Amino acid sequence: MPQYRIPELVCPAGGLPALRAAVDNGADTVYFGYRNDTNARNFAGLNFDRKAMVEGIGHAHKHGRRALLAINTFPQAGREAEWRAAIDGAADLGVDAVILADVGLLDYASRRHPDLRLHLSVQGSATSHEAINFAHREFGIRRAVLPRVLTLAQVESVIRNTPVEIEVFCFGSLCVMNEGRCWLSSYATGESPNTVGACSPARFVKWERKPGQMDTRLNGILIDRRGDGEPAGYPTLCKGRFEVGGATYYALEEPASLNALELLPEIARIGVAAVKVEGRQRSPAYVAQVTRVMRAALDALGEGPERFTVRPDWRAELGKVSEGSQVTLGAYNRPWR
Amino acid sequence: MTDGFREPFAIPRFALPALVARIGARLPQWPHAVALAAGLNVAVRLKLLPEESLAPLENRRFLIDVTDTGGRAAFTFRDGRFRPLFSIPETPDLAFRANLSTFMQLAARQEDPDTLFFNRALSIEGDTELGLVVKNMLDAVEWPNFPGMSLSRR
Repeated sequence: MPQYRIPELVCPAGGLPALRAAVDNGADTVYFGYRNDTNARNFAGLNFDRKAMVEGIGHAHKHGRRALLAINTFPQAGREAEWRAAIDGAADLGVDAVILADVGLLDYASRRHPDLRLHLSVQGSATSHEAINFAHREFGIRRAVLPRVLTLAQVESVIRNTPVEIEVFCFGSLCVMNEGRCWLSSYATGESPNTVGACSPARFVKWERKPGQMDTRLNGILIDRRGDGEPAGYPTLCKGRFEVGGATYYALEEPASLNALELLPEIARIGVAAVKVEGRQRSPAYVAQVTRVMRAALDALGEGPERFTVRPDWRAELGKVSEGSQVTLGAYNRPWR
Repeated sequence: MTDGFREPFAIPRFALPALVARIGARLPQWPHAVALAAGLNVAVRLKLLPEESLAPLENRRFLIDVTDTGGRAAFTFRDGRFRPLFSIPETPDLAFRANLSTFMQLAARQEDPDTLFFNRALSIEGDTELGLVVKNMLDAVEWPNFPGMSLSRR
């Protein structure tokens, strides 16, 4: 039985002000990425160049926090050197760990930089202890981030059967969760998160305002039509509304954010090492708001899990910033498997 | 501040009466544009806005539409400076529409633009990629510290 401990809080940073917001509001760890397609949040103007990384890592370390670098896309044929250079750069910068998805890169990093701590990215799509233990045995990974498709009972089973630390998501946007394998965006745009680091790249997205409604188009394809005031989500195919069997609805996935606040006592009890907040594409204001709530909740948990309750103001703050203005427990409490 | 996680200072969400917009829309619009361009140029001079983000803005026409005041400001970026446009373009390259309280919350970094987009307080039309460049450019700026507008708890 793992010892009861408060999980580490891992928060996103799409830029220096967001990184500072995470550190100042109580993140134990921040994660960020390069400004290129080694990064699954590769959006125009977002992310870190080398100078910003040096400053960001310095800021985190000065405050006793950890800094993780996500290199979480899959190298494209003939361009492997760019992804390897990103790993070499991470080792030079002195990050506390790199978050990798691709087995080829895990192999490279473990051979070339044996002292570099490796985390298996959620994009690596390892949902079983066998997959995680394989990456541990072959590449020495120290932590795995679980895809958001497992129930808490399944997460517990993974933890009991692996020496690798387990990190799970506690808040943030959800998608169809075919993590590391999603090509859906390619059907409309020819590009996908695992190849160029963005689903629905912005240049393909068009919002058209008409009286009383807003149309969302992805590369010309109508993917949603909303009335004024109807909550919106990200303009991805998986969160579009489609006509299926004569009814028009969110046929694949509703826009919503995961919010596991109420599960924190159980997450800690089963021995989860770290909880992660999604959202490197979002602004410093979001990072500050979510980090502040999660910190307050984890601190409250530290005072005794039996007394832990989710405060209404935490719930309201997280509900406000959620995609589609709604939250879900996702797969964590799904009765079926 | 007693509960340890709320902002000590917060701009509430509000909408001005429709009459304000009807009057506001009849007033000359260029002073907004002049003031906005001047403010942005201060940021350029202080080198707060990274050059690689400014390059894609060259010769593009932007519109800020404050729906509940009826105020509209159009501007462009040319030869290293933001310049007000004295007539409002019919089809700007990028338009942000929201009411005054939303723009104030954005300016104070109190709310995230995605949050405001999700709850339909903010609308973005035109070149979405350009919009993302602008949003991410402003998010990356390390503004000098203004009292009461910090994101940190203290």
